[in-house]
Amino acid sequence: MSTPQETPAGKHHAPPAGNGRSGVPLVRLVNAGKRYGAVIALHDINMEVGAGEVTCVLGDNGAGKSTLIKIIAGLHAPSTGTYEVEGTPVHFSSPREALEHGIATVYQDLAVVALMPVWRNFFLGNEVRKGPRMEIPAMKKMCKDELLAMGIDLRDVDQPIGTLSGGERQCVAISRAVHFGAKVLILDEPTAALGVKQSGVVLKYIIQARERGLGVIFITHNPHHAYPVGDRFLLLNRGASIGNYEKNQVTRDELTGLMAGGSELEQLSHELESAGGAAAEAAHMMEAEVSDLGISQPSTTTESDAR
Amino acid sequence: MTQTAEAPVAPPPRADERVGRKSPLARMLARPEAGAIAGAIVIYIFFFIIAPPFRNAASFSSVLYVTSTYGLMATPVALLMIGGEFDLSAGVAVTSASLTASLFSYEFTTNAWVGVLVALVVALFIGFLNGWIVVKTGIPSFLVTLGTFFMLQGLNIALTQTITNQVSSPDISTLQGFNSARQVFSASWTIGGVNIRTSVVYWIVFVIIATWILLRTYIGNWIFSVGGNPQAARAVGVPVGRMKIGLFMAVGFMAWFTGMHTLFLFNTIQSGQGIGNEFVYIIAAVVGGCLLTGGYGSAVGAAIGALIFGMVNQGIVYAGWNPDWFQFFVGLLLLGAILLNTYIRRRAEASI
Repeated sequence: MSTPQETPAGKHHAPPAGNGRSGVPLVRLVNAGKRYGAVIALHDINMEVGAGEVTCVLGDNGAGKSTLIKIIAGLHAPSTGTYEVEGTPVHFSSPREALEHGIATVYQDLAVVALMPVWRNFFLGNEVRKGPRMEIPAMKKMCKDELLAMGIDLRDVDQPIGTLSGGERQCVAISRAVHFGAKVLILDEPTAALGVKQSGVVLKYIIQARERGLGVIFITHNPHHAYPVGDRFLLLNRGASIGNYEKNQVTRDELTGLMAGGSELEQLSHELESAGGAAAEAAHMMEAEVSDLGISQPSTTTESDAR
Repeated sequence: MTQTAEAPVAPPPRADERVGRKSPLARMLARPEAGAIAGAIVIYIFFFIIAPPFRNAASFSSVLYVTSTYGLMATPVALLMIGGEFDLSAGVAVTSASLTASLFSYEFTTNAWVGVLVALVVALFIGFLNGWIVVKTGIPSFLVTLGTFFMLQGLNIALTQTITNQVSSPDISTLQGFNSARQVFSASWTIGGVNIRTSVVYWIVFVIIATWILLRTYIGNWIFSVGGNPQAARAVGVPVGRMKIGLFMAVGFMAWFTGMHTLFLFNTIQSGQGIGNEFVYIIAAVVGGCLLTGGYGSAVGAAIGALIFGMVNQGIVYAGWNPDWFQFFVGLLLLGAILLNTYIRRRAEASI
């Protein structure tokens, strides 16, 4: 918790200790929607994340997850509804502005410059300067210490970041955001391209970020990754919310069922069945799975009631 | 589960993964200029053996002089390449700068220094224009600067012809301020019987400055990032467009500097010269370890790349070969240097 106070560049204000825990959510969307011309990309979304909480946003491809990230990250303003940061309505015109409010986005692929050493990546855009000169030994040490605090033990911060595994790279990007005073982390599919073990590593850092008092917005399409770390779950389908739960209101299986879209799964199994042969066999297995998951709608709450 | 004598599977201690530490040699080989250094040593030994005149200090100083005339420009060209862009107009821009200074001060009979300053403005503007078009349109710099290359070449020849009715600029050695400008840009001293030109000193100084900027300043960090992954750089607030325009202007600045050196050395400038030099600069940078795709390279490497070119250039003369073969050998040796460079880099990367 004390680390953000040491922000070397002094550019990003360190979060006043404890402010985040006062009960006002760090980030909150109320009835937010986004239209691109005639296309309604997002419709009537309510969500929030508080300090020390992980809000998972789940949805299949095209569900509106990336539009939601773009709104929160400051790339687009919502067309309808309101966006509040710590209780104050905001209108961001650039990601830089969102960053200045402590909202940092870690993108899946464009987070790092592969050929540059780890420490150069860590400080890119926030170099510790003395005139134009960088304080290189201090920066290397700070980078190593900060990564160690997140539990990432690198043998050498001088190695090109491209030589790290995908999971480690995500973790460096996360700890960089934490170090430079982020209060809210948006993680865009951080586990999508990773193996089981690497995903576990990333999930561990999500929990660590939460323990340090950050709000985390974790975008994923994998309920198995979301459920263990999440405190709230927002499910999206075709640009609309199909569920907004707190952890005690939903089980992992229900989450999986909702994610799979029970009715869509059934439809798919019918299609497979009509194809006959081996496909029909697959269809039976799928049907069995649908009934196993118990696709019954758990009781839904709206965001405003949930508080 | 049923296997007998299964020891409790303790996770191997993390320290075990680091047994394979890199040796100092592997570390050195992992530097971008490693291949060029090896290539330079091979070529030096080669000419040392076959060309006896190559061995004395005086002729090596002339190798250094030839090197410096290319090395000055190879330095900002390398920075630009690390920043992910090319400049094909760099060769003729040098001539444009000399012609501007020469024609301006001669036609308006001003002090030579006035022409020098006008040329600086023009050269920086050429760099700015190249960068601005690349950044604003997103068209590859290869194409943009190919266009400006031909435009500048045309302007150099046509304007010189129009103004002077000749293919070269008039002799400006009688102008006021000429001698002081020559002292600054093109002086030479004799130390222990060896002639040293200022351009060699300037070249070394600029390489040191460029290396310092690249490795020790935040600007260097930004140069690597805009070449390596512009989206990632932009996402953390690096002004990608301004960095690229700045790098093109650095090439413009050095084109001016090199142009002034040539002008005050020879008093007059051929309007058609400079064509083809842009490739020498780029080759020096690439031989020196700069990646064509950007994000990787070094200024020292480009300097050594220029040195390889300078050694071949002079070595062939000292070896008494027919100079008609010069370009063939330049191409052959540069290709060899690039292959060696690539081989060493692959080995170094494999040992990480």
